[in-house]
Amino acid sequence: MAQTEKYVLNMGPQHPSTHGVLQVQVELDGENIVGAKPVMGYLHRGIEKLMESRTYVQCVPFTDRLDYVSAMNNNLGFCMAVEKLAGIEVPERAEYIRVICAELNRIASHHVFIGSLTNDLGSATGMIYAFRDREKILDLFNIICGARMTAHYIRIGGVAADAQDEFLRDTQKFIDYVPEMLDEYNKLFSGNEIFQARMKKTSIITKEMALKFGMSGPNIRASGVDYDIRKIDKYGAYGKFDFDVPLGKRGDNWDRYMIRMKEIAESAKIIQQALDNMPEGPYMAKVPKVLRPPKGDAYHRVENTRGELGFYIVSDGSTKPYRVHIRRPSFVNLQALDTMCKGMLLADAVTAFATIDPLMGEVDC
Amino acid sequence: MEIVDIVPPELKNNVIVTSVDALFKWGKSNSIWPLSSGLACCSIEMMCAAASRFDLARFGYEVFRSCPRQSDLLIVAGTLTWKMTPPLIRLYEEMPEPKYVIAMGNCNIGGGPFADSYSVVTGLDKIMPVDVYLPGCPPRPEALIDAMLKLKKLIRHPELGRDAADAKALSRANLELMTRPVRNVEERAE
Repeated sequence: MAQTEKYVLNMGPQHPSTHGVLQVQVELDGENIVGAKPVMGYLHRGIEKLMESRTYVQCVPFTDRLDYVSAMNNNLGFCMAVEKLAGIEVPERAEYIRVICAELNRIASHHVFIGSLTNDLGSATGMIYAFRDREKILDLFNIICGARMTAHYIRIGGVAADAQDEFLRDTQKFIDYVPEMLDEYNKLFSGNEIFQARMKKTSIITKEMALKFGMSGPNIRASGVDYDIRKIDKYGAYGKFDFDVPLGKRGDNWDRYMIRMKEIAESAKIIQQALDNMPEGPYMAKVPKVLRPPKGDAYHRVENTRGELGFYIVSDGSTKPYRVHIRRPSFVNLQALDTMCKGMLLADAVTAFATIDPLMGEVDC
Repeated sequence: MEIVDIVPPELKNNVIVTSVDALFKWGKSNSIWPLSSGLACCSIEMMCAAASRFDLARFGYEVFRSCPRQSDLLIVAGTLTWKMTPPLIRLYEEMPEPKYVIAMGNCNIGGGPFADSYSVVTGLDKIMPVDVYLPGCPPRPEALIDAMLKLKKLIRHPELGRDAADAKALSRANLELMTRPVRNVEERAE
């Protein structure tokens, strides 16, 4: 009589489709997945602890290295939390520049998502196209702050430097190119039959499950929950712009992919409005050289590319934060991996992992 | 002693005579197969270097392998933590000789911004031999290409490595100075 037993397969920490250093212990019954257990901590750098020994201004570069493909969004979250704590008013022009940079970075991050997803599904061509267009955004960042990835451009009280005419002109050029770009992507892979067959009706997360897991960002919106911090909190200048929040229906891999494609178009819409109504004025508020926020605590959350990114800062009245806690969306979203993989085939685990889109820098912090 | 010319006259203008060693080095240096071992931020720039604009394929280095047994270059791209050290050493041990290591990014040179963290390895050369140090946080893809071309030079002329060892000791001393723990800003302000 044939005997079968379950066995454990280790994926990672060195694996091309884990996007960094995550180890997933996949329990298999033949080729069917029974359970998937993520093992984290391979990139734990102790950023929260390090921040306690730095001044508030010195903390900002660490946020670049949390979610390294959308550094501007992280800068924005931390700086707004400190501004809330210290009661700093940010000039309007700075708010607009911040929105432009954050949305550009959102598009750049979705490029990495598309690139790595298509690469994981076996089409290396997709990555080449996505990275080609990502370079265009990195060029814009290069103009405005001289760095490609870890920008450190958004500072406490405003931005590091004013947006030059060259930057605004080139951003306009890029925004004009976005519809053409999306059209090309749709022709290239969205319409591909194999791509659709691997994405549709796999790794479904229902509305209830997504809420229970505390997911956020495109992942929860793909399940049909209308939850976007930009709409709810209207932080910064986001209240002034008109944009839609794309929602999915089924909550499968395909929805999670399509949501991000639609978000690129929405981000472009926001940037266009910001460019059209760009106010004149200072780009930096008057911030004291040695920043000593009053005693107390503050929590501020922003819509990062991957979901709800929150910074909780406790101040004891000195120049350094007493405690910083970071609510990382990738870390929370990763909980769903086990549920998503159960009952799927081993090859689908890679797709599920790519569509949750976690970033190890943020998961391990 | 008389030198006997064994090359027939009809082949004289078509054949290059060289040593097997030089031929191997020439071949090796022109087709490096890196291991795709991205750890953190630098890995995204490593992907950029291999993707469309920077196109590492121009130099013959684009064959990124996921298996250490098929690769001969370990680009350690990103922050190395103590938890990741045993798997990385295992990867290095699994690579066949001859093998080379590029320490990409400030984290792998001296800890970078995380130099005083409790979980970060301050310097890749504490755990494995390093051939090329590539500074930057993260280094731009052009810098990675430059590092690989320097490695090419090192493979062709291994004697250069000896000078590099002295320079390494020197730069190590400089780095110790550069990566001291952050000074107390309050003290400075008062």
